[in-house]
Amino acid sequence: MTDIPALAKRNSRLPVSTMAILALFALMVGLTMAGVINKYIQSVLMFIGINIIFSASLNIVNGYMGEFSCGHGGFMAVGAYVSSVLSVVLFTENSFTGQPLLPPGSAIFLFPVVIIIGGLVAAVFGLLVAIPSFKTRDDYLAIITIAANFIIVTLINNIGAVGGSRGFMGMKKSLKAMEAVIDLPYMIIWIFIFVVLSIVMIRRLMNSTYGKGISSIRYDETSAEIMSVNTNHMKLVAFMFSSGLAGIAGGLFAHVMGFVNPASFSIFKSTEGLVMVYLGGMGSLSGSVLSAVIFTLMLEALRPLQILKWVLIPLMLILLMQFRPEGLLGNRELSDVFPKLKRIFIRKDSSNG
Amino acid sequence: MAETLLEIKDLTHRFGGLTAVSDLNFEIIKDEIVGLIGPNGAGKTTVFNLVSGFYVPSEGDILYKGERINGLKPHEIASRQIGRTFQNIRLWSDMTVLDNIKISQHYRLGYNLMDAFLQTKKYKKHEKMIEADAHELLEEFQLSDLAHEMPKNLPYGIQRRVEIARALSLKPALLMLDEPAAGLSSSDVSELIQYIQWIKENFKLTIWMIEHQMQVIMSLCSRIKVIDFGKELVTGTAEEVRNSPEVIKAYLGDGEI
Repeated sequence: MTDIPALAKRNSRLPVSTMAILALFALMVGLTMAGVINKYIQSVLMFIGINIIFSASLNIVNGYMGEFSCGHGGFMAVGAYVSSVLSVVLFTENSFTGQPLLPPGSAIFLFPVVIIIGGLVAAVFGLLVAIPSFKTRDDYLAIITIAANFIIVTLINNIGAVGGSRGFMGMKKSLKAMEAVIDLPYMIIWIFIFVVLSIVMIRRLMNSTYGKGISSIRYDETSAEIMSVNTNHMKLVAFMFSSGLAGIAGGLFAHVMGFVNPASFSIFKSTEGLVMVYLGGMGSLSGSVLSAVIFTLMLEALRPLQILKWVLIPLMLILLMQFRPEGLLGNRELSDVFPKLKRIFIRKDSSNG
Repeated sequence: MAETLLEIKDLTHRFGGLTAVSDLNFEIIKDEIVGLIGPNGAGKTTVFNLVSGFYVPSEGDILYKGERINGLKPHEIASRQIGRTFQNIRLWSDMTVLDNIKISQHYRLGYNLMDAFLQTKKYKKHEKMIEADAHELLEEFQLSDLAHEMPKNLPYGIQRRVEIARALSLKPALLMLDEPAAGLSSSDVSELIQYIQWIKENFKLTIWMIEHQMQVIMSLCSRIKVIDFGKELVTGTAEEVRNSPEVIKAYLGDGEI
């Protein structure tokens, strides 16, 4: 995997995958700016991106580490609210400070910082689950993750300053402030960048010997400890990294919607994450990406059904568990299924183990 | 002067009201192969679990190279280079043999999370070292061909060898084997005896083993400790142990039917 010839090959081929990504990026931004793709398609594309980050981040815990977190929506909420409040306070006229704290135009540089801060705070909230995980596991830990989800949503529901259950808005104004400086489709751009960054980070972590310590917990925690893996440390890393990325997804989501309320991050949101992870395959990064795309498109197709989609989604989980419990890709990567891809995306070669 | 590698002093461990190990004293001298035997439920594996840090002893001390190690976490003890295998094989059966060996070098990763994200020079250098060492170890164990196989697809005897190789990737000074011959056929057992002998010579190890197969114990161990109900019965050479009335009594009962 990282033997020397492979390394050399990898370096010479790296630009191909990078160029493919850049081309896609240019295509999307170009088409958006030229007005070829309409607002609806834009929003679907953005939700696909957000769902990719959300499901790939949940896959770190549920797939690679083999724990069962069903409260991932809570961490998304933390990121969404922290970055929303920050962006409103910093860049727009608001009810907290009156005038914006910073010149609104600075948003074009500081917007990603705001999103990242949301992610970092969400990572800290990840401790809510990470610390119990030192002593608890499996079903018991799953119950704790549900509890964490409820705690976070209820807390937000009861903070009057951010609107409580009525929700919080004003983020569109920060986007307007950015567009006033240079008119660009900022959300598409930043979602694309954060998706690529998240995937690169997850892949680099999970392909390193360090990150494989996380997978070793999934297969046998006792032997992980006995073979010098600091399992508590690995759990801390996995939970915090996973919740941090969920927080970033949340921040992006809030800015796309321009409005957030606690109900959007309830156990329903967490369930959507679970469906995507199990649909794609536990421990398969490309599976998570693929299933996020399929799932988002499916949700759009099911939109006319309204609340009935909450009959169909769980039904899909039942069928999935019955007939293909390993998900679309199992724990393989797309490149294992289609070896030709390997030549282009050579770095996808090492399986997640 | 022989050097003491591991010293167990007045070790006692209670599970609630049950005393699993009581007042055990034991010294393991560098370069020897010692055995720990006793009937089922005598507390042998508990002793191993105490030494490797899964339990914190109720009383007593465990000293490794003169340093007190009781109370340390298992991974901290592993990092001090004590290797161990399990009675029932506990490989990461769905990760390749190579990964099994690589992950076991967590104690000397030499880089952190940020290095992994950024793939810094430090990361590349250490990953390369880990990879090279893993291949070297597999080569020595003649497992190179199986580097990319999953242990779950390998025969039982080979899995045993992989597990021992994995324990050796900690570069241990002390190797603790918990029933290495369990589940092996008699021809595999004689192979295992040679194998353990070879490991000891080749890696300059001290080996401490639990075993039920007398053939293994008698042909390898220079000293044997017999325990029953957590208490020491006898310590001595194979010959002494074989002829000890206490041992015969513990294994076969005292003859009154």
